[in-house]
Amino acid sequence: MKREVPVFICMVMGLVMIVQFFVPHPVSQAIYQTILKWLIIVVTFAMVLGILSLARLHLTKLRRGDKDWFYSLVAISSLFVTLLTGFFNFKITDSFIIEGWKVPFSFFTISFASGLAAGTPFMNLFEYIQVPMQATMFSLLAFFIASASFRTFRARTPEATLLLVAAVIVMVGRVPVGHMISSAIPALSDWILVNPNMAAKRGILIGVGLGGISMALKIILGIERSWLGGGGE
Amino acid sequence: MRFRPPVLSWSLGVMIVFILVLSPILTTAQAPPPPETTVVETTPPTTPPEPPKAPEPPTKFTAVDNPNDDGMKALLTWELSPQDNPMLEKKENPVKGYRILRKGPEDTEWMTVTVQPAGITSYVDSRDLLNSLPYSYRIVALGEQEAESTALEVDSVITKPQVFNTGRLNTLICILLFGAIVLSYIYRARKGHELFVRRIAGLDAVDEAIGRATEMGRPILYISGLHSIEDISTVAAVTILGRVARKTAEYETPLLVPNYDALVMLVEQETVKQAYMEAGHPDAYSNDMVFYLTSSQFGYVAAVDGIMLREKPAANFYMGYYYAEALILAETGAQTGAIQIAGTDSVTQLPFFITSCDYTIIGEELYAASAYLSKEPLQIGSLKAQDVAKLIIGVFMLAGIIASIFGWLGIANLFIAK
Repeated sequence: MKREVPVFICMVMGLVMIVQFFVPHPVSQAIYQTILKWLIIVVTFAMVLGILSLARLHLTKLRRGDKDWFYSLVAISSLFVTLLTGFFNFKITDSFIIEGWKVPFSFFTISFASGLAAGTPFMNLFEYIQVPMQATMFSLLAFFIASASFRTFRARTPEATLLLVAAVIVMVGRVPVGHMISSAIPALSDWILVNPNMAAKRGILIGVGLGGISMALKIILGIERSWLGGGGE
Repeated sequence: MRFRPPVLSWSLGVMIVFILVLSPILTTAQAPPPPETTVVETTPPTTPPEPPKAPEPPTKFTAVDNPNDDGMKALLTWELSPQDNPMLEKKENPVKGYRILRKGPEDTEWMTVTVQPAGITSYVDSRDLLNSLPYSYRIVALGEQEAESTALEVDSVITKPQVFNTGRLNTLICILLFGAIVLSYIYRARKGHELFVRRIAGLDAVDEAIGRATEMGRPILYISGLHSIEDISTVAAVTILGRVARKTAEYETPLLVPNYDALVMLVEQETVKQAYMEAGHPDAYSNDMVFYLTSSQFGYVAAVDGIMLREKPAANFYMGYYYAEALILAETGAQTGAIQIAGTDSVTQLPFFITSCDYTIIGEELYAASAYLSKEPLQIGSLKAQDVAKLIIGVFMLAGIIASIFGWLGIANLFIAK
């Protein structure tokens, strides 16, 4: 039963989704929209479980005093600070006047559920910490492309030589200096991208499409069950 | 003898002087102010400007139920007004656009639905339209200064929902045909026919990678991409994880499965748990093996890179769908000296995996992994069906190319999906 019930649910839902693809009737569309809403609900609850998983993992590491516990401390602190700033809006007020008397103090106020507005600590964390850190990670890509190219573009085999030659033509053809050397280089670069490269891409995509349909059929028909766990052998 | 002027002469002289001196003063003081001179511009007689002439209306205006939809759309078509020509000069009053108006069963006035630019000959109205109700439509051509042509009208268009999208009939036929081929090969496999499957190096290396990690006493890192569980490549990644987890359970090799998507994490926790149970080591399973990191793309990359550098896994698996993070992950893994196996259907990231990983499972091979690793006849049958389908597609492509060269697009048009 533990396997049959999920397979049955999967089969029914798979068939419903296939049918709705071909049926534009409002009833079919309403079912589809309802399923999408259910998906959002399930994903939201899954997210809560995900965060609990993250918190449990790092709290366990902290409690045990594992190697590199400091990183767990950073992760947990960041998680809770972000959560707090998301739920609450922390603000320091200016000095204010009561019945003609100026109160020369600043107050730290907390309001609920307004942390997502622009200029709030939550958005400041996002804009001035998370976004730059993401950009930093993304920019690492340039260095990794260089190191990958250095390792790959060694003409040890005929295939590697072909790759090297094609890559050099495409790269030089994409920059102004390529056009300065010869107008044939950008044209050759375009030809490589539009013809052999596109043909290979489409060949892979046809295989991916067929493989996807085959996989979906196997899952719907219950032939492929390894997603339920184990080897299925 | 002294000269003595006569008195009369003196009197006359004084009077003349008096008149000459005082007359201008008196004249100025007493004279009425000169009349103000106003310049009257004389303009030629004008005629009021002519209102811009209404352009000629479009022709052959039709409104019908839009096909293959939920009945909430009407398809309007028309032929261009003779004055709808961008080459016309301004004085020839070219058409600027078309105003479409609608009147529903309970409307008392015509409501403007849209204004379409010149040169357009069709419009699908889906604005607050309800099915099974009669709607009337009007179209007018708009000239200079919104001058409207006479209106063309269509009465009582009733839109209805369709039960089957005929535009997708070709897709349905292809799926049914392919399904039939898959089932027939599965049937053949059940009957005991030997089916050959070519060697896939990347999948053969899975056991090698697990063995290496076991010998080195270091963990295995398994990543299942950035897509959620509804994506077929993620499902394929989960199926491979099930088999990897079974091996790691048998060899008691540590397994790390950091996740980008919380839903995938839940599925993978169950998959790995089941694999450990089937391998007879349920006690070796821990939920901390499969954990959630973040749904921020580069945050996830940073965290996984950190795990690679701290835990030094001996084998890294990258299965599923990837974006720009593919190379960052694979290069970091290469720098740690791990054996790396990638499998993705993301065509744009394949070159990065090929350059940085020891083995790469390309496109459909990822979906074939489960069948290849299990060697089950039922699964292998589906692989053979894919090959047959590719052969059929190849034949149609060749025929389509040849037919198109000779100007017949019938075969190519067979495959246009709507």
